[in-house]
Amino acid sequence: MSAIALEGIEKSFGATRVLGGVDLDIRAGEFLTLVGPSGCGKSTLLRILAGLEAPDRGRVLIGGAEVTGLRAAARNLAMVFQSYALYPHLTVAENMMTPLKLRDLPRAARLPVLGPLLARDRYRALRAEVDRTARILKIEPLLDRKPGQLSGGQRQRAALGRAMVRNPVAFLMDEPLSNLDAALRVHMRAELSELHRRLGTTFVYVTHDQAEALTMSDRMAVMQDGAILQTGAPEEVYADPDSLDVARFVGSPAINILPGRIDGTGGLGALGTALGRFRTTDAQKVAIGLRPEHLSLAPAGASGFEGAVRHRENLGADVFLHVDVEGIDRPVVLRTTPTETRDLAIGAAVGIDADARAALVFDETGRRLRFEAAELVRIA
Amino acid sequence: MADVGQAAFRNAAPRAVDGASSGGFRFSTREAIKHAVLILGALIVLLPFYVMVSYSFKAPHEIMQNTGGFFGAQELFRDDFCIKLGNAEEDCMVRPLNYNYTTAFEKAPLIRYLANGVIVTVSIFLIQVLVALPCAYALAKLRFWGREAVFGLVLFCLLIPVHAIALPLYIMLAQLGLTNSYAALIIPWTISVFGIFLMRQFFMTVPDDLIDAARMDGMSEYSIVWNVMLPTAIPALLAFGIFSVVAHWNDYFWPRIVITGNRDLFTPPLGLREFKGDADGDNFGPMMATACIIVTPLIVAFLLAQRRFIEGITLSGMK
Ligand SMILES: Nc1ncnc2c1ncn2[C@@H]1O[C@H](COP(=O)(O)OP(=O)(O)OP(=O)(O)O)[C@@H](O)[C@H]1O
Ligand SMILES: [Mg+2]
Repeated sequence: MSAIALEGIEKSFGATRVLGGVDLDIRAGEFLTLVGPSGCGKSTLLRILAGLEAPDRGRVLIGGAEVTGLRAAARNLAMVFQSYALYPHLTVAENMMTPLKLRDLPRAARLPVLGPLLARDRYRALRAEVDRTARILKIEPLLDRKPGQLSGGQRQRAALGRAMVRNPVAFLMDEPLSNLDAALRVHMRAELSELHRRLGTTFVYVTHDQAEALTMSDRMAVMQDGAILQTGAPEEVYADPDSLDVARFVGSPAINILPGRIDGTGGLGALGTALGRFRTTDAQKVAIGLRPEHLSLAPAGASGFEGAVRHRENLGADVFLHVDVEGIDRPVVLRTTPTETRDLAIGAAVGIDADARAALVFDETGRRLRFEAAELVRIA
Repeated sequence: MADVGQAAFRNAAPRAVDGASSGGFRFSTREAIKHAVLILGALIVLLPFYVMVSYSFKAPHEIMQNTGGFFGAQELFRDDFCIKLGNAEEDCMVRPLNYNYTTAFEKAPLIRYLANGVIVTVSIFLIQVLVALPCAYALAKLRFWGREAVFGLVLFCLLIPVHAIALPLYIMLAQLGLTNSYAALIIPWTISVFGIFLMRQFFMTVPDDLIDAARMDGMSEYSIVWNVMLPTAIPALLAFGIFSVVAHWNDYFWPRIVITGNRDLFTPPLGLREFKGDADGDNFGPMMATACIIVTPLIVAFLLAQRRFIEGITLSGMK
């Protein structure tokens, strides 16, 4: 069942078209990540889903019911903002209680000073709710502090708490981790994943960081220029991208793109090296994508490509070797082990072997050319 | 005052250390000239205040002959008005300080004037806030057709001096039969374009996310204005409050125009006139005592709100 559906969403700001007919189905209880480069319209899409922005065309459905014209509060969604957006004049507990008060209390009981006296029992119930959520997030000691007295990570938790208290249909998060330092960000990734498992609620998570998308999500939707390029499980998007743009965006270090061509007999070659044979005989220029882990070091002068070592990026367990290869603008990056590369000096000539079965082939327009694996036989 | 002293001390401390390392205090002509000019300016500004306070302490003959220093001799003197009323001379001997301040309260219903001043300035400020906050919120945070044009009009209105439109305003109020009423004192000032402008500039610094979060929580737009924007804007509001209250507490021009007969509606500055041009000449002592009483509430309020006031002026929004 799809918990949330976006159908043909279009949005322009003035003359700039930000979203051009986006369709997206979000399943109940899944962790879906919207990922894409800066300015591609992720936040706009999320805000349309939240009801903070109205689409020019298209429909938003939650649980099968159309909510396109409904105001944000009536959709029962909770949002966590990049800047946390806690009310600066209220304590953490009051911040968390605000959405509950607005949802559950009649107007009279929300009056300052008088309200808590009139509806003492109800306030106590709300406070219990807040305490329960605070216990889950381990922010009980912070409840009486104001946002200004919290660290970034604590504020982040408080914002999560404010979103969690009212048991929303889904959590919408717009780059909630991007204001944290690197170590805390990695830690919070794990914590958010665990929170998602524990709550079982739908999460829609926006980020421009493909690593977050790969590590946290059940499914990811890759966006570019106001359109969704591909939706799928992270492994699937990584290993089997539909287009050159997706292949380029997902994965770090980025995929290597080699210029190549398919000749009249179906032979696939790059940089003068034959990589395999296709059954097709349409001669055409292609782009060949090879991820760093599909390239390996070979003795200079043997088969494959040759180049000169430009940079050695040591990550401890892995060493990424950047190699200048003639005919390609950017250095080719390959993953090696520290032992293999210990004696390599910068500038040394090396050979590169490619696992041609893992090569991703794209036509000139960037569309993926799919062939059955058996057809691509390594002959080099 | 203590704050100012401390700040000066803090600023001076590092320089003193510098001086010590290079062998004692170093005289800087530039600094000296700067301070001399500032001190001169301060003296010029303070002189009328000095005279006002001093006169409020002195006996009439001391004021006329310019004797007695700051406090006056505080010798008993004969109150001629009291004699005129037919009292014995020994009953009419008074101390100047006592005489000035009691006369200020007796001769004119000063308490009543002060109360009027409070009623008028507080009403004006509250209604100004009631109008300015929603306007400023809309101009800063809502997208609607013609917003820039409306803001342009606000800026334009900032340029119109009140005196230029005083006559039409007076005629309108007169035709509505509102002259000689609190309404006449209050209504013309309830829409403050300066307030709208100042608050808009402050609201521009409030992050949009905060407003969106409030919307997600279920607040209406009005609720956002009063429950989210107002609390974050307290420093700016305080600054505006001081501008507004000072301007209308001290205003002589407008009350003089619309309050023509009814002394019960006099504001404190109008009260000062009571001491002017009596049969027995100007009575400066009680007049200056009245002036002192009138300015005291403002000075006390400013001292209390000083720090927040400066925060508001610098418009250092929320972090
Ligand atoms: N209120 C607005 N008025 C005009 N243009 C806007 C508005 N909001 C967004 N845009 C434009 O829409 C485009 C998409 O913006 P959006 O905020 O959705 O990007 P994003 O994918 O979230 O980027 P980022 O990762 O940097 O947050 C941008 O080019 C932006 O300039
Ligand atoms: Mg964004």
